[in-house]
Amino acid sequence: MFKKTLARLSWVDIFLRVLQLVAAIVIVYGLVTTFTTARYSSEQWATLAFAGLAQGSIYALIALGYTLVYGILLMINFAHGEIYMAGAFSTVFLAMYFDRNGFLASNPLVAIIVLILFSAAISSGIAILLERIAYRPLRNAPRLIPLITAIGASFLLQYTFRGLFGSQFRSYPEVSILRGTWTILGFNVPIVQPVVFLAAVSLMITLYWYVERTKAGRAMRAVSEDKAVARLMGVDIDKVIVSTFALGGALAGAAGVFNGLFRPQGVFFLMGFFPGIKAFTAAVLGGIGNIPGAMFGGLLLGLIESLGPNAVLEGLGIPAANQLKDAIAFTVLVLILIFRPQGIFGERLAEKKA
Amino acid sequence: MKTIDWKTAIRNGLVGGVIALYFSMIGMVEAFSGRNLIGDFFNMGHLLLFGGVLAAGILTARAHKEASVGINAFSSLVAGLAAGIPTTLLILLANNVELQSVFVSVNRTLLALLTFERGMSGLGLFFLATSLIALAGGLYDSLPGVYKRTLGLSLSVVVVVAVFSNIVTQIMTTLFGRPSVRLILDGDALKPLSAAVLFVVLTGIFILREQRRVKAEKLVASGAAAIESKRASLQRQVILFVGIGILLLIAPYVLGSFLSQVLFEVGRFVLLGLGLNIVVGYAGLLDLGYVAFFAFGAYTMGILTTTGPLNQGGGLFNFWLALPIVVLVSVFFGIMLGFPVLRMRGDYLAIVTLGFGEIIRILALSDWLRPIMGGAQGVLAIPSPVFFGIKLDSPEKMYYLVLAGALLVAFVSIRLRDSRLGRQWMAMREDEDVAEAMGINLVQTKLLAFAIGAGFSGLGGAIFAARLGNIFPHSFNLLISINALSLIIVGGLGSIPGVIVGAIALVGLPELLREFQEYRLLMYGILLIVMMLNRPEGFLPAEVFKRELHAEEAELPGAEA
Repeated sequence: MFKKTLARLSWVDIFLRVLQLVAAIVIVYGLVTTFTTARYSSEQWATLAFAGLAQGSIYALIALGYTLVYGILLMINFAHGEIYMAGAFSTVFLAMYFDRNGFLASNPLVAIIVLILFSAAISSGIAILLERIAYRPLRNAPRLIPLITAIGASFLLQYTFRGLFGSQFRSYPEVSILRGTWTILGFNVPIVQPVVFLAAVSLMITLYWYVERTKAGRAMRAVSEDKAVARLMGVDIDKVIVSTFALGGALAGAAGVFNGLFRPQGVFFLMGFFPGIKAFTAAVLGGIGNIPGAMFGGLLLGLIESLGPNAVLEGLGIPAANQLKDAIAFTVLVLILIFRPQGIFGERLAEKKA
Repeated sequence: MKTIDWKTAIRNGLVGGVIALYFSMIGMVEAFSGRNLIGDFFNMGHLLLFGGVLAAGILTARAHKEASVGINAFSSLVAGLAAGIPTTLLILLANNVELQSVFVSVNRTLLALLTFERGMSGLGLFFLATSLIALAGGLYDSLPGVYKRTLGLSLSVVVVVAVFSNIVTQIMTTLFGRPSVRLILDGDALKPLSAAVLFVVLTGIFILREQRRVKAEKLVASGAAAIESKRASLQRQVILFVGIGILLLIAPYVLGSFLSQVLFEVGRFVLLGLGLNIVVGYAGLLDLGYVAFFAFGAYTMGILTTTGPLNQGGGLFNFWLALPIVVLVSVFFGIMLGFPVLRMRGDYLAIVTLGFGEIIRILALSDWLRPIMGGAQGVLAIPSPVFFGIKLDSPEKMYYLVLAGALLVAFVSIRLRDSRLGRQWMAMREDEDVAEAMGINLVQTKLLAFAIGAGFSGLGGAIFAARLGNIFPHSFNLLISINALSLIIVGGLGSIPGVIVGAIALVGLPELLREFQEYRLLMYGILLIVMMLNRPEGFLPAEVFKRELHAEEAELPGAEA
């Protein structure tokens, strides 16, 4: 019996090992051909890398929401992408208003901070509502049920916002002080990219400090370790869970405004789907439930996604590789989950059974 | 409780009012108000606007259970007044501030609708309406049990008939000719008189039935009719089955082309749903990338049989020859995509399979695979199947094909469920570790679930491709997976009748309400959430699931997952 189990397991292992090897060979081959043919200059690579970092920091902010909720409820909040959309979509109207009355031009810094706060408030409000209405009653249900509820919530939010704000695309106004370029390490970089990156990273550091150093953060970690014991220690579990959703929502809302600064176009009711999935990928990449992991995973995914099509796919001779950009994130997700489901930093998954 | 519970009344009322406000602001009230239900004074918009208010009235009265009718009525009146507040605030705000540039649905039409086209004096009218409706709800709740049930039931039936009046139109046209329709319908709406007649007749029938049931219960209690009723129920079942069979066979002739197309869509999703039911319902593997196999099926069929430039079959294949190959290809991909995810469970499996589905769609859309899959242009000119010289090119004829496919798949599903493999799946669903300890080969069992599910889905895809004649990557998006998943959940996971009911409810009915396509996914979302909160086992649950979910409920509170 034992021998049989062993033989059977190793069969799957062999298959996975071969798959791993093939994936590695393909990636290395693509990289080698690209760099030996020297298709792009280092200037071009740097442009892609900086854009990737800015995009990655946005993914990281959204990924934190997944990770925070997962850390506490062991639940994937499938509707988190829609929470991001809610903030970004609602705030675009305020931004347009600020642009019309000149506030954005006269006081850009104040205006942007107001926008971020507004977006964070909307997103975290939606997240709290969602938790209260859809998730709280299902806290002890079998795992499939909250997941399906989350899928339902995702559609509900998408089409509610479509009903509210219409189905046309909107765009954030251009901010004059973010126009132009800086020279970093000898490369010309659009100002908005490092600004978004730095702002996002400082938010993440604040979050890290909050979770690690404050009393509320300690309560959060306690609930994530063991709910029953935390309750005995006098932690109000419901309050901690609500504040976790609120915090994750606020970060997603901020990410919505950063995204609007970085890529002003394309604000509409379905804008949350891809960032949501990609941020989830980022969270898994870093190890879900792990806060620094989500930050790192987000940045890494941003880089992979921005460099990947040119660095790997073109080397493999695939035409119009940028069309496959969205597929890259999914491929990374699949590969990570197959080969290292605990992610780069995570170890908790193995204990708690995905 | 002797006094009125103000807090409950006001809270219920406000919730009802916020529901009305929500539907108004997302534009549903306006969109639905174009469709009259009874005469020209009651339309579907009213249903949305006042449904929540009515519920608030009923619930408020129910909260005052032991109180007198007067207190019930008064409390629901309070709820009704509270329910008017949110919408009134919207009207006041919209009259003073320009809202439409942000909230696209808050326009003049909506305001006219909310104020009954009377401007500001309509505000009072809106309050009057909400209070009267909530009051009606409260009075309704105070009725004695029998009347409450029968009146509520017949009222709902009248509304349902009015909503789906196009079926009535179609059937009556076929049976009695077109003029008969105009007797009871006015456009799409029921005439007030016919609605009233229908209501009275239905109430009469329901009251008679209720009385018979009470009598029968007395008989059963005395034990005399036990054996007799068992035989009768068997007889009834046989008659039911034969009746359904005949109905299914003659359906396209009675229903005409448009409704046959609707039936075809239902059948297609029954096929998909039954396949997904094996993966999710039996084996408990939540697969969100199920559309991938549907796409494989459709593309394989397209590439093998198309008369266009993409043909890879060398002109050898017709629909029937290609069909086995399509199923085999789907099964193969089911195994290939199943392999990497063997070790994953629950949420992770869901997201990875979702990733697979999207990767397949993005690949089909890319220029890279254009020489094979046609890129964004898709595969064109796929011929219709020919069955013994009959070209199956109309919805009526394709309906029979999809019906045959669905029956076959349903039969296989039932046999599989009761087989050793079916029991292994269910054991695995309950607990993988225990199942493995019992000697179940998890690898084989999981792969078989993926493979069989994929095969069914591929069959559905093949029929879909042959029906449409042209396939595009955009037809294979996540929504198909979500659709299939929603319908098996609404119907009841693991239950075959559930899949059929789910497909009718989630695919058939929305097709009939084509005007409101825009809000279809919104309704899905609401339905999924409400279903999971109130009835996670679905409408027609499989026995095992019902037991399982009720066991969960019985568990001690505080025992976390």
